[in-house]
Amino acid sequence: MKVAVLRFPGTNCEFDTQYAFEKLGHTTELVWHENDTLPEGIDLVVVPGGFSYGDYLRSGSIARFSTVMKAVKRYADNGGKVLGICNGFQVLTEAGLLPGALKRNNNLHFISKHQNLCVINNDNAFLNQCNKGEVLNIPIAHADGNYYIDDAGFEKLEENGQILLRYSDEKGNPVVVNGSVTSIAGVCNEAKNVFGLMPHPERALEAILGSEDGIRMLKGFEA
Amino acid sequence: MTATVNVFLKEGVLDPQGKAAHHALDSLGFDGVDDVRIGKQIIIKLDTVDKAEAEAEVKEMCETLLANTVIEDYNIEIN
Repeated sequence: MKVAVLRFPGTNCEFDTQYAFEKLGHTTELVWHENDTLPEGIDLVVVPGGFSYGDYLRSGSIARFSTVMKAVKRYADNGGKVLGICNGFQVLTEAGLLPGALKRNNNLHFISKHQNLCVINNDNAFLNQCNKGEVLNIPIAHADGNYYIDDAGFEKLEENGQILLRYSDEKGNPVVVNGSVTSIAGVCNEAKNVFGLMPHPERALEAILGSEDGIRMLKGFEA
Repeated sequence: MTATVNVFLKEGVLDPQGKAAHHALDSLGFDGVDDVRIGKQIIIKLDTVDKAEAEAEVKEMCETLLANTVIEDYNIEIN
């Protein structure tokens, strides 16, 4: 698999993301935000975590207008797979590639810790290696992860199986972490080719560092 | 002309910063505070002298960039 990893001024998870996919045996290429095309023959675009453009105005709001995002939009519109992690999730919601928006955490804190997540839907290109109802242990690190969507939008997400993950306890019961609507931690678009989540699967690759649950998440894209 | 844009979270969308400030005001003894909303103010200097033109342009700026209309409302004052 060939993975394009975007890089904006302020991105800081691009090397971790490259490391993760290379550890799984894939090739990766960093793509600078000024590029107007994506590399040939890619299988996945990752919008990694960080603080693109200093999070000024709103997280992700400036990055969405960068040159490379026009290419990402074309790629996604043609069915190409896109994954947004943390700040990448914020960029994809701002760009309208994913529904909803991410607000400041309810407790106003930057939350950085390992967090249990419950797999809600796995019939997609991302979580197909995980079981429905399974609990994964993945680090989170964000200040603006409070997922908001209005009631009509939420119903649509549920009906179409677009809710990917919820923050949960070790048994899979939803828990309030940042104030997200029904504890949502990740969603996909209606066509199920664009994925976004606040937790960092690329930081959960080695048991000795706390969890290797991220491996199965990222491996989903190989299928 | 100068445009002053106020951006606030929509009614019904919980404003965590407003809530925290409200709580702080309560604990400082300021009774009788019903609600606190925190937003941002954006001041834009424009070349045009046509008020209608300025308003239309700033509205487009808000819809495109300055507000995320999924969660935020805005108002515009032109002077």
